[in-house]
Amino acid sequence: MNDAAEVAVVSGSDAQPIVQLERIWKSFGRLEVLTDVSLSVQKGEVVCIIGPSGAGKSTMLRCINHLENIDDGTIHFEGKPVYRYKQNGRVVVDPDSRIEAIRAQIGMVFQSFNLFPHLTVLGNVIEAPVHVLREPIAKARERAMVVLGKVGLVEKAQAYPHQLSGGQQQRVAIARALAMNPKVMLFDEATSALDPELVGEVLRVMRQLAREGMTMVVVTHEMDFARDVADRVVFMADGAIVEQGPPEVLFTAPRSPRTRQFLHSILNRNGGPEEPSPVP
Amino acid sequence: MFSLDDMIQFLPSLLHGALLTIAVSLLAFALAMVCGLLTGIARISRLWPLRAVSAVYIQFIRGTPLLLQLFFIYYVLPYGGIVLSPFVSGVLGLALNYTAYMAEVFRSGIQAIPKGQWEAGASVGMSRRLMLRRIILPQAVRIIVPSIGNFFVSIFKDSALVSVITMRDLMFSGQLLASATYKHFEIFAMVAAIYFLISYPTAKFVEWIEARIDVTRRPVVIGMRG
Repeated sequence: MNDAAEVAVVSGSDAQPIVQLERIWKSFGRLEVLTDVSLSVQKGEVVCIIGPSGAGKSTMLRCINHLENIDDGTIHFEGKPVYRYKQNGRVVVDPDSRIEAIRAQIGMVFQSFNLFPHLTVLGNVIEAPVHVLREPIAKARERAMVVLGKVGLVEKAQAYPHQLSGGQQQRVAIARALAMNPKVMLFDEATSALDPELVGEVLRVMRQLAREGMTMVVVTHEMDFARDVADRVVFMADGAIVEQGPPEVLFTAPRSPRTRQFLHSILNRNGGPEEPSPVP
Repeated sequence: MFSLDDMIQFLPSLLHGALLTIAVSLLAFALAMVCGLLTGIARISRLWPLRAVSAVYIQFIRGTPLLLQLFFIYYVLPYGGIVLSPFVSGVLGLALNYTAYMAEVFRSGIQAIPKGQWEAGASVGMSRRLMLRRIILPQAVRIIVPSIGNFFVSIFKDSALVSVITMRDLMFSGQLLASATYKHFEIFAMVAAIYFLISYPTAKFVEWIEARIDVTRRPVVIGMRG
């Protein structure tokens, strides 16, 4: 994790991206959700994706671990094309086993937590290490307690999800993803379903992860988080990336009028940039 | 009308029939559970031939009378060289029939689990089969058990139909005795009492199972995806 932080510093160079989306197209029926979207994420980088609802942010994120099928384009993971791609003019579809192996290296945190309700917190965290990575239970437990420590929930190991607050559930979901030792973490509006007073505890965990050098792609409406934590902010609207850049540039001197309009509407509603952004 | 002598005289034959009724029902039910689960999973398979075959099977079985299905197995299959004993025919017929209904219960139970559970499993690299076994079915069981319990109670009574293919279950034993002795009331009253004595504890057993299932661990759906 330490050298990951160092790589983050040099990520401006042309090191191989860990995740790369190349000219992605995606539609749901007649609705075009992603139109020719390209994005690359370097190791150790924190990329925040902002934009109005319906912009395609979540869909793009979900394409990265193949929860959504893309219609056209190529997704690269660690430099290799994955899931479904053209090779020598022919369409190649990866076998399930390869897709699963790649997903196992990509952590995901959902808006609605999606914890396994029939398993304890510990059960949720060790489930995939034991059954996907085939780790011995003792080892998986040990590691689970470490990641539960990271999210501050060691004492809840034996609790069931329904006994926890939303913020605690989301931290368990983060621990569940971390237990797989992922190379990238995807956050899909991880705080949008939370009561306002519970947002902070989840963001704190995410900030800590970023500090430790975790590669993160974060779809969020939390502008303060994006401003403070992101190495790069990506603004999406209408299925396309309108503009991207370091937060200090994008938030203070956006080039596109569309970006300006969005930031204006968000910051105005909050009564100024100093206020924390509420959940929309 | 009832005389102790009659009862003592009829009881052994009826009890023997009852044993057969219980055996046919339990065997058919166990078979139907397994086949129903497999057929239910086939209904939502990603392979369309599996979906098609299971859908046709379910519609066909549900669209024809159990009585006719039993006749087919017992009287028609022999023309194709397949001769089955009344017992095997009865078990098979009941099982094939219940499979179709149970498959629908399993399918709807599986589909009642929120999509987010599949996605969460997928996101940590689980295969569909692993998700089904470790994540989806354990939750679906809580939803399915009451319906399966209903089937369990009713299979003992539905099994009376196997009497038409000359299996000497409780029903058929009663009929034989009644037509031999003309004591219809006494005999059928006893038959009814025995069916009830089988069904009532079964229903209680199902209630007990249901009560043991912790409904508080059902998935809680929070928010919608934006």
